[in-house]
Amino acid sequence: MKAADVVRFATRSATGYPLRTALLILAMAIGVAAVVTLTALGDGARRYVINEFSALGSNLVIVLPGRSETRGFNPANAITGTPRDLTIDDAQSLARLPTVRRVAPLIIGTSEISAGGKLREVMIAGTTSQYAEVRHLAMAQGRFLPEEDWSRGSPYVVLGATVRNDLFGSEPAIGRLVRLGDRRFRVVGVLNPIGTGLGMNSDEIAIVPVSLAQAMFNSNTLFRVLIEARHREAIEPAKAQVLKQLTERHEGEEDVTVITQDAVLATFDRLLGALTFGVAGIAAISLAVAGILVMNVMLVAVTQRTSEIGLLKALGATGGAIRNAFLAEAAMLSLAGAIVGYGLGQLGSALIRHLYPTFPAYPPAWAVMAGLGTALVTGVLFGVMPARHAARMDPVQALAKR
Amino acid sequence: MPQIELRSIERVFTLGDSEVHALRTLDLAVEAGEYIAIMGPSGSGKSTLLNLLGLLDRPNSGTYLLEGRDVTTLTAEEQARVRRERIGFVFQSFHLVPRLTAAENIALPMMLAGIPHGERSRRVAQALKDYGLASRADHRPDQLSGGQRQRVAIARATIMHPAMILADEPTGNLDRATGEDVMGLLEGLNASGVTLIVVTHDAVLGNRARRRVAMEDGRKVEDR
Ligand SMILES: Nc1ncnc2c1ncn2[C@@H]1O[C@H](COP(=O)(O)OP(=O)(O)OP(=O)(O)O)[C@@H](O)[C@H]1O
Ligand SMILES: [Mg+2]
Repeated sequence: MKAADVVRFATRSATGYPLRTALLILAMAIGVAAVVTLTALGDGARRYVINEFSALGSNLVIVLPGRSETRGFNPANAITGTPRDLTIDDAQSLARLPTVRRVAPLIIGTSEISAGGKLREVMIAGTTSQYAEVRHLAMAQGRFLPEEDWSRGSPYVVLGATVRNDLFGSEPAIGRLVRLGDRRFRVVGVLNPIGTGLGMNSDEIAIVPVSLAQAMFNSNTLFRVLIEARHREAIEPAKAQVLKQLTERHEGEEDVTVITQDAVLATFDRLLGALTFGVAGIAAISLAVAGILVMNVMLVAVTQRTSEIGLLKALGATGGAIRNAFLAEAAMLSLAGAIVGYGLGQLGSALIRHLYPTFPAYPPAWAVMAGLGTALVTGVLFGVMPARHAARMDPVQALAKR
Repeated sequence: MPQIELRSIERVFTLGDSEVHALRTLDLAVEAGEYIAIMGPSGSGKSTLLNLLGLLDRPNSGTYLLEGRDVTTLTAEEQARVRRERIGFVFQSFHLVPRLTAAENIALPMMLAGIPHGERSRRVAQALKDYGLASRADHRPDQLSGGQRQRVAIARATIMHPAMILADEPTGNLDRATGEDVMGLLEGLNASGVTLIVVTHDAVLGNRARRRVAMEDGRKVEDR
């Protein structure tokens, strides 16, 4: 029997039982679609977090007060409290390190902000002029905080886009006075609207000089020091120099944690990559289920077509030819299911992207390959048993079956 | 040399601990071009004999020489090849593949034999014409009458130009007139030189054969 004839014969068998074929293709398609869509979700989450993190700045080295228990990055440290003072002078001393291009101290708190009778709660970021460059913040109007003595800042404020709108609506904001707590600040700039970043929405923020923020919150310690290394290769040396410098300044006690953006990225990358992998594994179970279904359906098909198998043998078909015909049928059904499932999965991913435009839900190539491959392999693997069963049938008994 | 030679063939079916002797020490010699009717009561072993002749079944003992060659010792693949090239089957219940058209059913043996497409369609077209089925080429079996179905089956059995045709009650599912038509077709093939072996209950049809073999309880009781 020629290969083309095997395929044609198998196609006729598949189309001869449309309901059965449709159900089988559907089962296989659901499995593949699940793999494609779920990995798109998982990988989308990974990309989303990575993008957000990259948007924080480039070549970042971040200093956190307090010592992390483990040497690696512990995500919990990014949000826990401040056991030891990390001062403005500490931060300023880092600017002189050879591998460091820019330094921005950061202190965070909330306060009420009011202007022209309008009042709202706002997140205050106390920092210095280089913060804009370090964080890649772009100005919509005006300019950022001026370069000046870190410990004697002028009462200037830069507003996030939403805050500006809430306070001033369509009126111009630059040059106006706002009240923060019991101090008055002059608006010197407005940030470009950005949208939500990791945990911090730059649209909902008011940026003031770090010394004034410390006074407002009555605190001497910094929340973070953001450092931009000179280039990518300088990140690790910078990290070491920063740690050494601060340890020296703190009488030899290593009481700060220095993390690099790269390390954080790598951790998230690993974490979310593993998540995607796990999700793919779970989805693959549905493929295995589909494979078992293929086996059952093909066994039923063999039983249904017992007398046909007897006939083919009487007409001179070898066991091999019959086995190939049934295997080809199982493979074709799986292939069709895999293709339909791939289409559905891509559709599902596109729908997610449509509903959440900021979420890059694209299925990773490896998952698509793995999904299609598994579908085919399970289909054929589970098709082998029924096909062999058919090939071994006794022709006389098969013919006697009605 | 006879075309078919059976020597002391035994066929025993074991059902649990009871044994059914479907064929007992059977000897039979058939010359090429003969027309034989195998007759006998139900359960006498007629179908078993025909299945053996068609290499669908193997005897428990004895030898089967087909065209001088011992075919009982052939491998399954080799037997399949012999069936494909030398033997045509016609069944009582037609055994057409329901989802295939008349033309495709007729072409099945050629597909299994790997005969090229052009040759296939040429032979199928000729067969459809010969058996008066030209207008039915694209009909599926359920759109055909019993007589038409059996004609498709006969066309299929002859499409590979076999040396013999084995027919197990070919008219069993047909009315008398249609049955005689079908027998006429088979006899026409025999007239052109193909060996024809027909199992039948019907004494009238059986008497049309030049040679009649009567079976009883797995034994040949009459051969003339
Ligand atoms: N697969 C089998 N297993 C057990 N016994 C069988 C089998 N096939 C046939 N037999 C027995 O062998 C004997 C001969 O059967 P066979 O089918 O050859 O009879 P037959 O002459 O064709 O009868 P009928 O005219 O009813 O078709 C019967 O007793 C039958 O029960
Ligand atoms: Mg019988």
